[in-house]
Amino acid sequence: MFDLIGNLAHGFSIALSLQNIALCFAGVMIGTLIGVLPGVGPIATIAMLLPLTFKLDPTGALIMLAGIYYGAQYGGSTTAILVNIPGEATSVVTTLDGHQMAKQGRAGIALGVAALGSFFAGTVATLVIAALGVPLTKVALLFGPAEYFALMVAGLAFAVVLARGSLLKATGMILAGLLLATIGTDLETGEERMTLGFSTLSDGLDFAVLAMGLFGFAEILRNIENPEARDVTRGKIGRLLPNMDDIKRCIAPVLRGTAIGGALGILPGNGAVLGPFASYTVEKKLAKDPSRFGRGAIEGVAGPESANNAGAQTSFIPLLTLGIPPNAVMALMVGAMTIHGIIPGPLVMSKSPDLFWGMIASMWVGNFLLLVINLPLIGLWVRLLKVPYRLMFPAIMVFCCIGIYSINNSPQDVLFTAFFGFAGYVLYKFGFEPAPLLLGYVLGRLMEEKLRQAMILARGDFMTFVYNPIAAGMLAVAVIVVVIAVLPSVSKSRDQVFTE
Amino acid sequence: MKKALAFAAALALMAGAASAQQYPTKPITVIVPFAAGGPTDVIARIVGESMSKTLGQQLVIENIAGAGGTTGITRGKEAVNDGYTIMMGHMGTHGAAPALYPNIRYNPVTDFEPIGMAAGTPIVIVARKDFPASNLKEFADRLKAGQDKLNEANAGVGSVSHTTCTLLHVQLGTKPTRVPYTGTGPVLNDLVGGKVDYACDQIVNLVTQIQAGAIRAYAIATPTRSPALPDVPTTKEAGMPEYEVSAWNALFAPKGTPAPIVARLNDALSKALDDANSRKRLLDLGGVLPEGNERTSAWLGTFVAAEVDRWGKTIRAAR
Repeated sequence: MFDLIGNLAHGFSIALSLQNIALCFAGVMIGTLIGVLPGVGPIATIAMLLPLTFKLDPTGALIMLAGIYYGAQYGGSTTAILVNIPGEATSVVTTLDGHQMAKQGRAGIALGVAALGSFFAGTVATLVIAALGVPLTKVALLFGPAEYFALMVAGLAFAVVLARGSLLKATGMILAGLLLATIGTDLETGEERMTLGFSTLSDGLDFAVLAMGLFGFAEILRNIENPEARDVTRGKIGRLLPNMDDIKRCIAPVLRGTAIGGALGILPGNGAVLGPFASYTVEKKLAKDPSRFGRGAIEGVAGPESANNAGAQTSFIPLLTLGIPPNAVMALMVGAMTIHGIIPGPLVMSKSPDLFWGMIASMWVGNFLLLVINLPLIGLWVRLLKVPYRLMFPAIMVFCCIGIYSINNSPQDVLFTAFFGFAGYVLYKFGFEPAPLLLGYVLGRLMEEKLRQAMILARGDFMTFVYNPIAAGMLAVAVIVVVIAVLPSVSKSRDQVFTE
Repeated sequence: MKKALAFAAALALMAGAASAQQYPTKPITVIVPFAAGGPTDVIARIVGESMSKTLGQQLVIENIAGAGGTTGITRGKEAVNDGYTIMMGHMGTHGAAPALYPNIRYNPVTDFEPIGMAAGTPIVIVARKDFPASNLKEFADRLKAGQDKLNEANAGVGSVSHTTCTLLHVQLGTKPTRVPYTGTGPVLNDLVGGKVDYACDQIVNLVTQIQAGAIRAYAIATPTRSPALPDVPTTKEAGMPEYEVSAWNALFAPKGTPAPIVARLNDALSKALDDANSRKRLLDLGGVLPEGNERTSAWLGTFVAAEVDRWGKTIRAAR
């Protein structure tokens, strides 16, 4: 315990140096901006800014780069709420109720709750990393291919609950997402599958291409069709900040979201992605009146946003304590550390305590700065909604195209985004929701990979999932979730399930 | 008419010569055919920073990942050959790729002007920490005896860990179960967690895990031991001298890039390898740097041809 306080004090003495506060501020500010700009993601930004950090000491450089990462998670929610475009897989859920709130003139409240919930989650997650980072590492190592596959199946079961309209259509969209995830190079043989000869498809579709198309471009097409829909948003803006009543309703969802997101963030292979989806499912199931969800329920913003930020913080645990990056951004952080002469691994904590504890302390500083930056900005963001279509839509399109191009420096990706924009519009016309498709896509790639690895390791014996206690437990959860969602007698009424 | 043409040609030549003398007058793009943050990217950024100082123009890293690096190299091959687009090729893209990808759209030997070798990262043979073998010989015996029970983890078809372990299997005459992952991170996770048995990979990806005792190293596939892992014997010392392999990274320009420009880039690269700061950073990664003759463009050209031959034979033998 005293060790922890001593270590944290040491960390804060480093994180609170003038230079490091400035770097942390620069990081979260840049992160917020790129998060808000649709399409421009943290990976491209960190890669572009890497050369600038050469002149800095490693701790300062990593504090700034980490700030960009979790700052972008913050900023991403802003775009999801205001214009219904998720910048990251983790903000897909926020579009569901956050954008509905914005349409009802409650954008400021949604943004405020997201900021406060994220700050709380960030604070708790920072303490968890500091106190339990090392023992929690063992949890990450427990998760082999079989356990991970079972977790993904449970995640897909959650997706069923995401459906706002027909359950059948949602299931169809999940399956379409899974199919899209099979595009790309086969894991075992190295052969290209369903790439139609496009070289950019050889590593599969990029998440941003799909998300910007199905949400961003499709949303614009929809709005051009009926401009009067926006007048609702334009007419009244309402209160800018949540009041006591809003905050009271959010306390429990924030606490649950933080716990769920934090726990999933520790897992390897980007478990953090599942956090917001799981949190949304839990809130919807616990709510007295689940029909409010998808129509601007504040709990549907507070819970997932907290889960998102808690997961963004705890996903640093495998990187800092094991040296194993759980996702693409963390892999880039590994590169940044190596360039600065620190090869990440289990020894970083003892060999470079300044870096280790300084970075952890800086995460709290960064979360605090984000709150300070974001609360006053809410008024500005909300006013953005008043920008007329003829200025806002071209601007969104331009930023989306720049962002998509910057992922792989590929013009083909931009064309694919346009294609999915059209596809998203058609799907909307037929009453299909894009969110379950995106979840299916995100989980599909990991699911296939983990299933095949588990099968190779078990020499083709499916019983491996039953003999393995963690995997069996998770599959049981998946079955229960699906049964609850599908069985009309368990739900309140058959009508509600299919039209909620 | 003929005269005018000849005159124009002469003018063009002179312009070419003049631009070669002034080269570079604008930033140079270096295509790295892998995602930012990996070993090839890190090496490109370290030498690129020093080369920028020597050349007086920024070297801008452009990451074009995909299809085991061949997407980026294809783009580099098709770039204008004026010296403002060059690329960091490696053991996979300019060695193993022709055998791995039948539809590959470039020839590593004839489609490029080799600039020079940057750095190699040695391959280390590692296993989970409780693997029942105390040295490389026991490890090899266990591999031959229990190949149907053991699992080798690699970072996917075409990755360095995949091709270098293919070489090991061909040399030992074994065909064990191979578990593909989508990168080095997940491989390490399951190796440290004991879900898989062994792997071959670049020293930079493994060094801290070995130092911390989270995984076990049997041998390093270079002629001399690495200062980062002084206790790990070389494959030669451990009785497997034929297994000598490192994941090399070298700069290439598109075919037809003027020779003076290639020479200037080669000189800048060589200076980067001598620069105290970048040299230390490359060595800290466990990198092996070319010396003397190995730094010339001509040596790299011969070396690439030999590598294409070696990996072609290995990969065909494994099928």
